[in-house]
Amino acid sequence: MADMQLLAASGAETAAQIAAGEVSADEVLDFWLSRAANDRLNGYLWKSGPESAREGGAPGGPLSGVPIAIKDIFCTEGVPTTAASRILGGYVPPYTATSVSKTAAAGMPMLGKTNMDEFAMGSSNENSAYGACLNPWDTERVPGGSSGGSAAVVAGGLAPWALGTDTGGSIRQPAGFCGIVGLKPTYGAISRYGMIAFASSLDQCGPLTRNVTDAALLLEVLQGRDEMDTTSVGIEGGIKAPTAERLDGMTFGVPRGLIGEGIEAGVLARFEDTLIRIAELGGEIVDIELPHAGHAISAYYVLAPAEASTNLSRYDGVRYGLRSSDEDLLSMYELTREEGFGPEVKRRIMLGTYALSSGYYDAYYGRAQKVRTRIVEDFDSAFAKVDFVVTPTSPTVAFRLGEKTADPWTMYLSDVFTVPISLAGIPAISIPAGLAEPDGGGPELPVGFQIAAPAFSEQKLIEASHALEQAIGFDGSAALEGGAR
Amino acid sequence: MSTEYEAVIGLEIHVQLSTRTKMFCGCELSFGDEPNVHTCPVCLALPGVLPVPNEKAVQYALQIGAALGCELSPVSTFDRKNYFYPDNPKAYQITQATYPFAVNGRLGEVRIHHAHLEEDAAKTIHTGGGGRISGSDASEVDFNRGGTPLVEIVTEPDLRSGAQVREWGQLLRATIRQLGVSDVNMEEGSLRCDANISVRPVGSDELGTKTELKNMNSFRFIERGIEAEVTRQKEVIAAGGEVEQETLHFDPSTGELHSLRSKEEAHDYRYLPEPDLVPVVPSPETLEMAKSSLPELPAARARRYEEIGVSGQAALLLSFEVEWAEYFEGVLEAGTGIDPRVAANWVTGELAAELRRQDDRPLAESKVGPAALATLINMVAEKKISHGSGKSVLEEMVSSGAEPESVVAEQGLEQISDSGELERIVIQAIEDNPKPAEQVRSGNEKAIGALVGAVMKATQGRADGGEVNRLLRQHLGL
Amino acid sequence: MIEREQVLHVARLSRLRLSDEEVDTLTGELSSVLDHVDKLAEVDIEGVEPTSHVLPLENVLRTDEPRPSLEREVALSQAPDPHDGAFRVPSPQAEA
Repeated sequence: MADMQLLAASGAETAAQIAAGEVSADEVLDFWLSRAANDRLNGYLWKSGPESAREGGAPGGPLSGVPIAIKDIFCTEGVPTTAASRILGGYVPPYTATSVSKTAAAGMPMLGKTNMDEFAMGSSNENSAYGACLNPWDTERVPGGSSGGSAAVVAGGLAPWALGTDTGGSIRQPAGFCGIVGLKPTYGAISRYGMIAFASSLDQCGPLTRNVTDAALLLEVLQGRDEMDTTSVGIEGGIKAPTAERLDGMTFGVPRGLIGEGIEAGVLARFEDTLIRIAELGGEIVDIELPHAGHAISAYYVLAPAEASTNLSRYDGVRYGLRSSDEDLLSMYELTREEGFGPEVKRRIMLGTYALSSGYYDAYYGRAQKVRTRIVEDFDSAFAKVDFVVTPTSPTVAFRLGEKTADPWTMYLSDVFTVPISLAGIPAISIPAGLAEPDGGGPELPVGFQIAAPAFSEQKLIEASHALEQAIGFDGSAALEGGAR
Repeated sequence: MSTEYEAVIGLEIHVQLSTRTKMFCGCELSFGDEPNVHTCPVCLALPGVLPVPNEKAVQYALQIGAALGCELSPVSTFDRKNYFYPDNPKAYQITQATYPFAVNGRLGEVRIHHAHLEEDAAKTIHTGGGGRISGSDASEVDFNRGGTPLVEIVTEPDLRSGAQVREWGQLLRATIRQLGVSDVNMEEGSLRCDANISVRPVGSDELGTKTELKNMNSFRFIERGIEAEVTRQKEVIAAGGEVEQETLHFDPSTGELHSLRSKEEAHDYRYLPEPDLVPVVPSPETLEMAKSSLPELPAARARRYEEIGVSGQAALLLSFEVEWAEYFEGVLEAGTGIDPRVAANWVTGELAAELRRQDDRPLAESKVGPAALATLINMVAEKKISHGSGKSVLEEMVSSGAEPESVVAEQGLEQISDSGELERIVIQAIEDNPKPAEQVRSGNEKAIGALVGAVMKATQGRADGGEVNRLLRQHLGL
Repeated sequence: MIEREQVLHVARLSRLRLSDEEVDTLTGELSSVLDHVDKLAEVDIEGVEPTSHVLPLENVLRTDEPRPSLEREVALSQAPDPHDGAFRVPSPQAEA
């Protein structure tokens, strides 16, 4: 089979080709290993050799033989796992994350571990201790983050699909920036065991794929109750490949109050186009209010750093990872952590520690938890009226490397549409809505369209996204070859 | 006139639960194994792991709560308590800071503020400087113990002296031991006790500045440590000083108190709800089970024994050890019409002493069953043998396991019931010992002891002491 | 707004030995973030329960069945300073 055909095929198509005997699993693996070997995007932090990749995938499953890239936040036995941090440089876990065990059990060889923002903290992948990852549409731009590597390798033709994690937008935003599909399931749909924790009450694993069908197939592999994670419940009835072509009878709520300031003209235009598409497919557009969603970023930047500050306390130089001093106990702690963590991680540890410290808890953490309740209630009210809530995935298209690193809050605002949904714990997907020029001009870049649904209604969400995706007919092939720019 | 001061003491007691596995992972509990052979990704706090609570630990905790007369919470939750130390691998301990599983209880005269579930720290061995923290250059951490389920019991400040703490502590230990949910062995650390101590003028309601006395491994040491600290605080105040809030360690070998000041930052535990765990909501059936599965607890049992006439001291001794209580009740059951007070004295007195004397044998290995002891007690009560013979029969029973009847027959200890025979021996004894006989006659009644001794010697102890006395007095004309 | 002294205090709690330059930068950055976060005070939270979890789950427990532990060599394989089967760490500073 010609390389171009393999490159252009989705995960589902490749699986079908293998099943039909049109191509062997070995040929598929060799092809993707050679693609990954030419990593022009710094998308991989570790790449499988042919032997280790073959060991990984058990034959026989419906997706057997289709390789997958894994965000370096998932622990993989015998394979370095760093979460893109210096503090875990060279760390090799003795166990494998449940999600990775599941993809392996489904017959999917692991291609490699993908680049990310350190400990999943960031929206540009610039916070990796191992160098920024580049956007395949324009290598002077960021792929988004924190699952930037996973998005870039899928969009850039270095993997058929990938696993990522999403805490405040870390799957959806990079999927939007790279012109692919990213699905964050309901909190609790997929086990978090073996996924290095950032903010435990928000972290969720999910797929980054070429299309909605692939996302559905991967979600079916990943979802389920895991006895190692008490907060995992799975999705009742499982997930089937989508077939819907129309949106008749479905209502889509648009929180106009949220979609205002700071949004790029091109992004807004593609968003409005997409609303028209929805209407053409028979869907109804309704204006809704999410009165407290505007406070979501503020609440999130208390809650997530607070949880992170305690989750990251275990990196202390005692049992694994970096140790920078043996002088005395306090120096071991302070120098190891000072040297091992990057600036954004330190910023969030500091912020979170402050928010939890004596005398500040009620003003920050306690208050933010209550605002979170308000946001949950906002979505409950919205879903009493509509089936879905839709927004642009991000207010801008992919920005330039270094463009937003000076002011943390500016960077944080790129998650203004994704964070409220994370706080509510509900599922959301980003699908490509077309291309748009950035404000100030330049070549066109992908724009993501975000659809959120009530908790555990992933099947419905996937059906609607699939219908819309077919109607939009986005073509991401320009990024695949890397010849783009 | 100088002010009188009283001590005000509250306790924090840690109880290691005797589940098979740790609180949040499936590693087996162990004691005394090679270091770091019972660890897994969860209890080593490797990146990416999550805790899963042990159902049995929750059950055991609820049983302790019920035994302490607590209200069992309809909802309890876990929190993270953050502090850095090598024995705390996550750098936070999972505990219950806000909604513990049990509140507002009482054991004996002491109110229980609450009891909560948490995980134990690992063991740090300081090497180099003779095992002491200061002066050593390194420590070694063994995570076998890390993650053992603990129940922490926090009392109200209702105790007033070291002796009271010791007695109450023993009652608490006996109570928990009887539930079968912990080994409650202080030397092995499965029961640990910290005391918060302050003093105040008698009659005052206010609490003085307290100090914390840490982790002593016997109730004797706790008693001594508390007494030493109370004395110290009174002296500080008498000298016009003020008690400083600090943590202290009592060295039982020197009787000295040391301050455990640390250079570390003052603690700010930054508690937050544990996001990796969901609430524990015991079902009505679980709560009922915790309450109904309670065996008769020591305090209640001691009361019941006293009501049937057992002396206070013996009642407490029997109640604290369930096997002794069961043995005692076995004696009562086997011996019809037996006097509980007499039976209790035989069990806690003669039998306990004899077992101790013969290789310090535990009751479980005693060759004397409750029925055999009951027979012996009845033989003494019915004056078939003397009390003194009874003791030597018991000695033989403990050593060989023989039945009391056969020992009595073999050694010819049957009491002389023929009063004519005994009378002859008494008359003979008076004749053979004219000096004491004369002393008794002239008013020195104490001298009768020598005559009793002579009779007992002649009868090899087979005479009833009361009867001997009566006959002697009769023949001496008293 | 956060003062330099507070930043130093929080750094000590966090076990980060920040450089002077980092302390300066963080004082500015954290102040700016906190200015935004302080807008949470505008939200009416009267009588609102805190959300620490969106899932309505309870009693997810494990039976008290042992599972295999790690081989000790594996447990210690990533340790910076394994010694005699244990994890060796420097001792706390001796008291001055």
